Amino acid sequence: MGVRSIKMPDVGEGVAEAEIVEWAVKVGDLVHEDQVVAAVMTDKATVEIPTPVAGSVLALGGAVGDVLAVGAELIRIDAPGMPDALLPTASKSRAQPQEPPPAPSADLKPAEPAPPPPEPQRAAPRPLGTHAGAPRPAGEKPLAAPAVRLKAREAGVDLRFVRGSGPAGRITHPDLDAHVARPPEPSKSAGRAPNEAIETIKVVGMRRRIAENMAESARRIAHFSYVEEVDVTALEELRASLNARATEERPKLTLLPFLILGIVKAVGEFPQINAHFDDDNAVITRFGAVHVGVATQTPNGLMVPVVRHAETLGLHECASEMRRVSEAARQAVAARDELSGSTITLTSLGSLGGIVSTPIINRPEVAIVGVNKIVVKPVWRDGAFVPRKVMNLSSSFDHRVVDGYDAATFIQRLRTLIEQPATLFIEA
Amino acid sequence: MNELRCKVLVIGGGPGGYVAAIRAGQLGLDTILVEADRLGGTCLNVGCIPSKALIHAAGAAHGLREPRALNAIGLSIGPPKLDFARTIAWKDSIVTRLTTGVGVLLKKAKVRTLLGTATIIDGKTAIVRADTGETRIQAEHLILATGSEPVELPALKFGGDILSSTDALALTEVPGSFAVVGAGYIGMELGIAFAKLGAKVTIVEALPKILPLYDAELTQPVVRRLADLGVDTLLGAKATTHSNGALKVVGADGKVQSIAADKVLVAVGRRAHVSGFGLATLDLTMSGAFVRIDETCATSMRNVWAIGDVTGEPMLAHRAMAQGEMVAEIIAGERRAFDPVAIPAICFTDPEIVAVGLSPAAARAAHGEIRVGHFPFRANGRAMTLQDDDGFVRVVARADNHVVLGVQAVGAAVSELSAAFALALEMGARLEDIAFTIHAHPTLSEAFHESALTALGQPLHI
Repeated sequence: MGVRSIKMPDVGEGVAEAEIVEWAVKVGDLVHEDQVVAAVMTDKATVEIPTPVAGSVLALGGAVGDVLAVGAELIRIDAPGMPDALLPTASKSRAQPQEPPPAPSADLKPAEPAPPPPEPQRAAPRPLGTHAGAPRPAGEKPLAAPAVRLKAREAGVDLRFVRGSGPAGRITHPDLDAHVARPPEPSKSAGRAPNEAIETIKVVGMRRRIAENMAESARRIAHFSYVEEVDVTALEELRASLNARATEERPKLTLLPFLILGIVKAVGEFPQINAHFDDDNAVITRFGAVHVGVATQTPNGLMVPVVRHAETLGLHECASEMRRVSEAARQAVAARDELSGSTITLTSLGSLGGIVSTPIINRPEVAIVGVNKIVVKPVWRDGAFVPRKVMNLSSSFDHRVVDGYDAATFIQRLRTLIEQPATLFIEA
Repeated sequence: MNELRCKVLVIGGGPGGYVAAIRAGQLGLDTILVEADRLGGTCLNVGCIPSKALIHAAGAAHGLREPRALNAIGLSIGPPKLDFARTIAWKDSIVTRLTTGVGVLLKKAKVRTLLGTATIIDGKTAIVRADTGETRIQAEHLILATGSEPVELPALKFGGDILSSTDALALTEVPGSFAVVGAGYIGMELGIAFAKLGAKVTIVEALPKILPLYDAELTQPVVRRLADLGVDTLLGAKATTHSNGALKVVGADGKVQSIAADKVLVAVGRRAHVSGFGLATLDLTMSGAFVRIDETCATSMRNVWAIGDVTGEPMLAHRAMAQGEMVAEIIAGERRAFDPVAIPAICFTDPEIVAVGLSPAAARAAHGEIRVGHFPFRANGRAMTLQDDDGFVRVVARADNHVVLGVQAVGAAVSELSAAFALALEMGARLEDIAFTIHAHPTLSEAFHESALTALGQPLHI
C-alpha cells in the first residue's frame, strides 16, 4: 500500500502558517484525485486544498481551528498502487523519516479517534429525572390512569409535558411526582415555551482573526474617541450634482471617497496621524503614502480592504478603487496586499451610522475615522434656525502616540475641508 | 313572592342535575335543585330504569312462553299468564323507590329541592312557579341540566296510538301489534321487549341497517334474534301515516305497504330541552341545537354551566352524572376537567351490545395499523351454561404499542362487562395487561381475556 502525506502548501507570499478552517473529509473517507479535502486560511484569504492522489483518508493533521506551519503534514492518504510515503511537497527521499513539524499543534493525530466533527453542538434537553421515558410522538394524547390525571389536574400539571415511564409511555404516579418535584422552570409568559436551545460555535478562521485582532487592539492601545459635528450640506449638494451627471464610467458617488480625499489632505499636515506604532519595538513609522483601509462587512465578517496610495487618486479613481477592493473582500478573492498595509482606517456603517461610535483602531495604525449618519437639523445661522445636513465624525486615536490636541486639530481640519468641499480639490 | 339565595342553583333533577346537587351539597355549597316534574328525570322515570324493568319482565315472560330453553334443562310448565298491569305496577314501584331515594340523598346532602318550573331571568336569577306560588332564586352559579325530550315526526305526532318512549313505558296492556319507527337503541330495546311480551312487532328504519351507530358485526346477533322473535324489520323505509290500526310505510323500493300497528312507537331521536324556561334570555353560544360547553362544562356565560343531554351527544345518564359531579367540584374550587378516554354505551337489546372506545374502523382511521382480537361466546363455558352463547367480545388495540383503543361485545348480559372494558381504557391498558390479568373461571369475562390473547396471537380456547 502507498501511504501519501500531503503537506500544508505555501499558499501565499510570505505566509508561514495557515489555520484549518474546514475539513471536507474525515478519517476513513474515500477521496478521488483533486477532491478538496480542507480549507485553510492565511491572513485573510481562504484557500481550498485538493488532494493530488486518490485513496482513503488515514489521518488528519489537526482539528478545525488548529494552525499548521507551511510544510507540516495536513492529511495522510492511503493511495493503493502508489509508492509508499511519496511526499508531494517535501523531500523525495522515501527512507527518510518525516521531518518534525515546525509549528506547534501540528502533531499528526492518530487515525482513531477521528477529530470531532466541526458542526455546532446542541445542548441536550434537560433531563427529567429517573422517571423519564421516551418522548411521545407529536400530537399523541398522554396515557395515564384516571387517578394520575386527577392528581395532575390538581397539581396544575399538563400531562402533555410529562414523560411516561410505563408500558407504552403510560404516565405513572412516580412519573408525575418526579415531574412535580423537579426544579422550577424559569418564569415564562403564557403560551410561550422557553427556548432551551444552546448553540456552541467554535470560533475559527476569520472570526478568530477578528476576535484576536480586536482584543489585541483594545488591550494594547490607549484609545480615546473624539466626536465632532460636521455640516455636510455643501458636500451633499456637490455630491448630488455630480451624481445627477453620473455615467457608466463615472458612477454615483458615496460620501466615502470625499472623506478619503479629506483625510489625504488633512494627514499631510498631521503626519503623526498617518502612522504605525510598533509597540513591541517602540518605533513610530510615519508614512508619506496614505493607504486608507475601509472597514467592510463581508459574509465572513469584518474586513479592511485597502485603497492604496490614495494620495495619488482623484475622486472617481478613489471611488472605483474603493469599490474594487471592497468587492474583492466580499467575494473573498482579495489579494494579500489588498487586505493589509493600511496606514489609517475609515469606518462607516452607512445609513445605519448611528449618532456616535467609538471605533477600535486597526493596529498598528494610530487613528481611525468613523462616519455617523447624516441628519437634517435646525442650525442657528445668521440669526435664524435653518435646516442643515449634519453628520458626526466619531474618531479614535492611540493616545500613547497621538496627543488630544493634535487629534482634535486634525479633525477640525478635516471638518473644514468637508464643510467647504471645494477646498478638497485645491492643490495645497 | 318568596326570595331565596344560594350559591348553586341546579335546573333539572335528572341524573346530571341531582348528582351535581348532591355533590355540591356534600362539598358544603348552599344548593337549590329545581325539578319541574319528578326527581330522577328521564332516566329514572321514563328512560333507563323503567325500560330495563320492562325488558326484564319481557325476558322472563318470553322464557316461559317459548319453553325450548326450559325444556332443554328438563323444566316444563303450563302456559304462563301475564298480568301486564301488575308488571307496570312493579316497574313503577322500582321507579318510586329510586326517585324517593334521590330525594332522600338530596336532603341528606342539605340540598333544598323545589318542585316547579323554573324560568331563567338572568345568569344569576330564576323564578320558580309552583302550585304553592312563585319563588325568586338568586344564585352565584347556575347549572343547566334540563335534559332532552323525544323528537316527534310531523306526520306522526305523539298522542293517541302514537307513542313516545315515555308513553310506551306507561302502556297498561300489551298491544296486539306494535310498530317501532326508528331502529336506534331505544326503539330496538322496546321493540324487542314488546315482541317478547307477545306483541307482533314491526321495526321501520329509514337507514339501511338497525342500530346504525354500531358496526354490522356487532349488530348481527341482534338481527338473528329479531328473526327468532318474529320481528319484521323494514330497512330503508319511511313511515308516513297511521290510521285505523295500520301504519303506512314507503319501502326502499318505493312501494307503499300497510302494516298492522295498534300502537306506534316513534323513537327517531331526542333533542335538547332548551326552550320554555327562559334559556334564550342568556343568549348562550350554542353548538347546533345544544348548549356549547368547554371541557369544564362552562357555557359562554361566566358561572353558568351546562351538563348532560342539553349539551349534546352522547346523551347518556352516566355522562351527565360525571359532568354534574365535576361541575360541583369545580364550583367548590377544585381543578377538574371532563377528560374521559371513553364513555361506554350499551344497548339493552337481546343480545346486549356494549361499545367502549374506538371501533376497528375508527381506530384504523385514527391510528393506522391496529390489532383486533375476537372471541366468541360459543367457546365460553359460562355462556353455554346460561343457555345463551351467541355473540363475542372484540378488543381493538394499536399495532405498535398494544394500547387498547376500544372494546366491544355483543351477547347475553355483556352490559356488566362494560366496567372491565372502560377500566381497561381509562387505565391505558395494553393487550398484555388484560392477557396477564387472571379472569375468574367460569365467567363471561373470560371472553375478554381471550380476546386480548387472540389479539396477541396466543388464544387458548379457540
